[in-house]
Amino acid sequence: MKVSEQWLREWVSPALSTQALADQVTMAGLEIDGIEPVAAAFSGVVVAKVLACVPHPDADKLRLCQVDDGSGEPVQVVCGAPNVAAGQTIAFARVGAVLPGDFKIKKAKLRGAESRGMICSASELGLEEDTSEGILVLSETAPLGEDFRDWMKLDDHTLELDLTPNRGDCLSLKGLAREVGVLNRQTVVAPVIEAVEATHSESFDVRVEDSESCPCYVGRVIKGVDVTAETPLWMVERLRRSGIRSIDPVVDVTNYVMLELGQPLHAFDLANLNGAVVVRRARSGERLILLDGQELSLDESTLVIADEQSPLAIAGVMGGESSGVNTSTCDVFLEAAHFSPLPIASQARQHGLHTDASHRFERGVDPGLPRLAAERATALLVEITGGQPGPLVEAGEIAQPLDEQRIMLRRARLDQALSKVINSGEVVEILERLGMAVESEAAGWHVSVPSWRFDVAIEEDLIEEIARIHGYNQLPSNRPQASLSFKRDDEAITPVGLLRRQMAARGYFEAVTYSFVAPELQSTLLPDVLSPVLANPISSDLSVMRASLFPGLIRALQHNLNRQQARVRLFETGLVFQGTLDALDQVSMFGGLACGSCEAEGWSSVNSPVDFFDVKGDLESLLAMGGSLDAWRFEAAEHSALHPGQCARLLYHGEEAGWIGTLHPAVRAELGLKSDAVLFEVQLDKLMAGQVPAFNPLSRFPEVRRDLAFLVETSCSVQALLDLAREGGGEWLAQAHLFDVYQGKGVAEGYKSVALGLTWQHPSRTLNDEEINPLVDTIVEKSRQELGASLRA
Amino acid sequence: MEHLPTLVSKARQAIDAAEDIAALDHVRVHYLGKKGEITALLKGLGRLSAEERPAAGEQINQAKQQLFQLIEARKTSLETAALAQRLAAERIDVTLPGRHQLDGGLHPVMRTLERIEALFTRIGFDVATGPEIEDDYHNFEALNIPAHHPARGMADTFYFDASRLLRTHTSPVQVRTMETQSPPIRIVCPGRVYRSDSDLTHTPMFHQVEGLLVDENVSFADLKGTVEDFLQAFFERDDLSVRFRPSYFPFTEPSAEVDIQCVMCAGEGCRVCSHTGWIEVLGCGMVHPAVFNHVGIDTERYTGFAFGMGAERLAMLRYGVNDLRLFFDNDLRFLRQFA
Repeated sequence: MKVSEQWLREWVSPALSTQALADQVTMAGLEIDGIEPVAAAFSGVVVAKVLACVPHPDADKLRLCQVDDGSGEPVQVVCGAPNVAAGQTIAFARVGAVLPGDFKIKKAKLRGAESRGMICSASELGLEEDTSEGILVLSETAPLGEDFRDWMKLDDHTLELDLTPNRGDCLSLKGLAREVGVLNRQTVVAPVIEAVEATHSESFDVRVEDSESCPCYVGRVIKGVDVTAETPLWMVERLRRSGIRSIDPVVDVTNYVMLELGQPLHAFDLANLNGAVVVRRARSGERLILLDGQELSLDESTLVIADEQSPLAIAGVMGGESSGVNTSTCDVFLEAAHFSPLPIASQARQHGLHTDASHRFERGVDPGLPRLAAERATALLVEITGGQPGPLVEAGEIAQPLDEQRIMLRRARLDQALSKVINSGEVVEILERLGMAVESEAAGWHVSVPSWRFDVAIEEDLIEEIARIHGYNQLPSNRPQASLSFKRDDEAITPVGLLRRQMAARGYFEAVTYSFVAPELQSTLLPDVLSPVLANPISSDLSVMRASLFPGLIRALQHNLNRQQARVRLFETGLVFQGTLDALDQVSMFGGLACGSCEAEGWSSVNSPVDFFDVKGDLESLLAMGGSLDAWRFEAAEHSALHPGQCARLLYHGEEAGWIGTLHPAVRAELGLKSDAVLFEVQLDKLMAGQVPAFNPLSRFPEVRRDLAFLVETSCSVQALLDLAREGGGEWLAQAHLFDVYQGKGVAEGYKSVALGLTWQHPSRTLNDEEINPLVDTIVEKSRQELGASLRA
Repeated sequence: MEHLPTLVSKARQAIDAAEDIAALDHVRVHYLGKKGEITALLKGLGRLSAEERPAAGEQINQAKQQLFQLIEARKTSLETAALAQRLAAERIDVTLPGRHQLDGGLHPVMRTLERIEALFTRIGFDVATGPEIEDDYHNFEALNIPAHHPARGMADTFYFDASRLLRTHTSPVQVRTMETQSPPIRIVCPGRVYRSDSDLTHTPMFHQVEGLLVDENVSFADLKGTVEDFLQAFFERDDLSVRFRPSYFPFTEPSAEVDIQCVMCAGEGCRVCSHTGWIEVLGCGMVHPAVFNHVGIDTERYTGFAFGMGAERLAMLRYGVNDLRLFFDNDLRFLRQFA
């Protein structure tokens, strides 16, 4: 909301500079977002009068005007405005004046005629954004020769308030002034509003059918309204300084009263109303064309203002086109009603409408206002448009300023909440200036909340009011006290921070990618996986929840490859979303990706492209951190995004827990990636799960080592051989490890040589060949039977 | 015997001429070895008379001793030279970089989250997390934001259907924690949150840390003290000015927004603080009784405070990052700066 500082100061004017006032209000919770001067800098402009106006002898569109600027001597000015006429009071820039944009007014000759000054339009003075159609015509009462800036009180500021939704009561001068009054302990002077006497008895029936949504409706017929009358400049200016354009006097008055008091008003063209005004639920199938030309299809969920035939307006939101005031309107029906917040919020949202009226009703408008606002608007309309008011029509209950809402504020609770004793005098003064009725009693105060405070319902709300007005920064700060107690710390769990640092130490950078990804990318990578789809995505390429970390990592890879970063290593942790909304897994994953040379370019580095085993090594370094590397297995498997021959499923204690592999060449081609990439992702909880180390006594007896070189078909997995060796190695086999894999000369095509080193050790004696040899024989024999392996000669 | 001096002289020359240990050894064997010339002379002593023998033996032994010493000396000098030569040959350029995988690094936002967690866990807070696809109840209802509440307009929510959405803040984790734990509760909840907003200063996803403390006798002063201490610790500035402005969150009452003196210009006014000298960094307040009622915590016995902050904002201020969107481009040129 924007308000004029001057207007505010008519209600209450503390001795504070503009900035200090803004700071004070901001620090009370009504944030002032901006302070703008209401007019650009200009000088040398005075109120003047056009004495005579004749056509320029040598130019069709120019006139020669004699202007009395109060200095005694008439001044000749050439003016091109179509609306200039003798007798007008105008804003006159004398020679020497400086207009906005540093435009200096000098003596000039226009088509041979001397011109000493300029008759100004509103836009030339920075009072209107669009180029004005003609000069600004002032009220005849404007004092000749007076400085225009002073007379217009243009040394004013527009204060822009960014109000929180709880403070609907401050969406008006009245509300804001009340706050300023409380903050400065000053009395607020409100304009005197008196009931307007009806000059005729014509009335119009009002029937409220949904009194819960519309507890009170006030209306009045005003006849003989001249819609073509000019809105007075002071009102146009106040509206302008509040960010509202002048439309016609009827609209201007309703807007003015809304700004002043906070009550949205509406005016109907009486000629277009049939029978009676009915506040009711719309009927299914009813349609309404709004003032902005939009056509709505309605149903029971919408509260409308209707006549006996059809809906006229969406209650509390926007009027209809057909019943609105236009230039031919003669009689109007003025509406000032109270609508409950909930139905207005719901229908504004339902129809996607947000208006000044709905903004206020949603937040709560003082139910005590409709009659006051109707009287105020009537008086202004009568004054400006010369209309004749009829009697006030009222339907529903007129709220009392102080409703039944009574809250007990306990002294002890207040003191505890703020850790400070604020004296009773201050407590009572704050509450009373806020409009509350306060009754003191032994334990505290009984407080009655005024009808405009929709946000005050419980004791804490009152505590906030007192804290806020007293000043948050005047309250003490403490350090919370707590008893020291140990927390269980699961040593077997590897903190994710360590895993992340491990990846960083191995050359990976941590990425943070969006949790929503492009559906095309995800279906290219994971055509068979379901994940939830956003109903209202920010864009189509961020519309489906990621079912894997792969799409985001690949997108980040593309970003970097396109920026001359050939060697990319990234990892990310975060949730992935798998399944449907009703059967959804939100799984924490740890994923990584590597692309480019396996080591950074250097004097001694390996420049071959990163391959499966480089990344597998990085991943294994993570798996090992938990101390239970043995719980993990890699098994050849197929994944839609990965190369079928270079892809492994990770098993943790036999259950699937992740994937690793080279990006599938077809996928890579489809994505237009220039390089190969190896990716992995693993469930984070499995990665973090480990074990607490358990000690085994060291043996004092020698180890026995046997090396076995097997010839197996290339398709045979080393894992299978190792498994057999471990299985057949007996109780004292301490270690079985792979130390060589060889293909090439000396090994037949289709075969590979796999060399295992087996180590035995007994805790309490030396093992001899007679014990080891049968174990080796078993391993060799089983390998032959099960894997077709033979010992290499 | 008469040629002993000649022999010694020849041997001396040979020792001096030996260029390496092998050649020297060769000389040693030639003169002093089992079949060496000096050894042969010693063997020939037997042919001399008993009178001549001692003197001759003495001479030969002296010559032998002399040559032995000369050989040893020559050996030492050759060895020293050889070592010097080897050391010279093995000299390396120690300024060459070491052989290793170039270090990667943590993401600045994650690093910031970790730092915040660490500051709070050190004084006794636990870390709690929760789902990102939330239900309306935990994200709104239980936080005192019923349907059609104007506060719902404060956060543009991403929906999946009528009741399921992407959490707009990490506050639902508060609710989930209070549903299962009894006071005293001290938690921080870091995580991703989502709002349907995308421009220069908004990304549709960002990170928040929510904090909650519930206990007996917790007051607004405890909230103020905790927030002030935290911000001073985070920015490592004991003199950092912090101010509290009344604000509104449906789940706290009283509520405040917290500004710090601009860390870029020390409060002088700059582009970052829109020339106000202050930067808003955090929202907070005392837990609203309606929230306690939803989770069954006795509002007469317990009070609490909650606060929430944006990790990106704090990271930008801490590291001087000037464009929010850089955090989500994952550009290596950006990420390397935080390694």
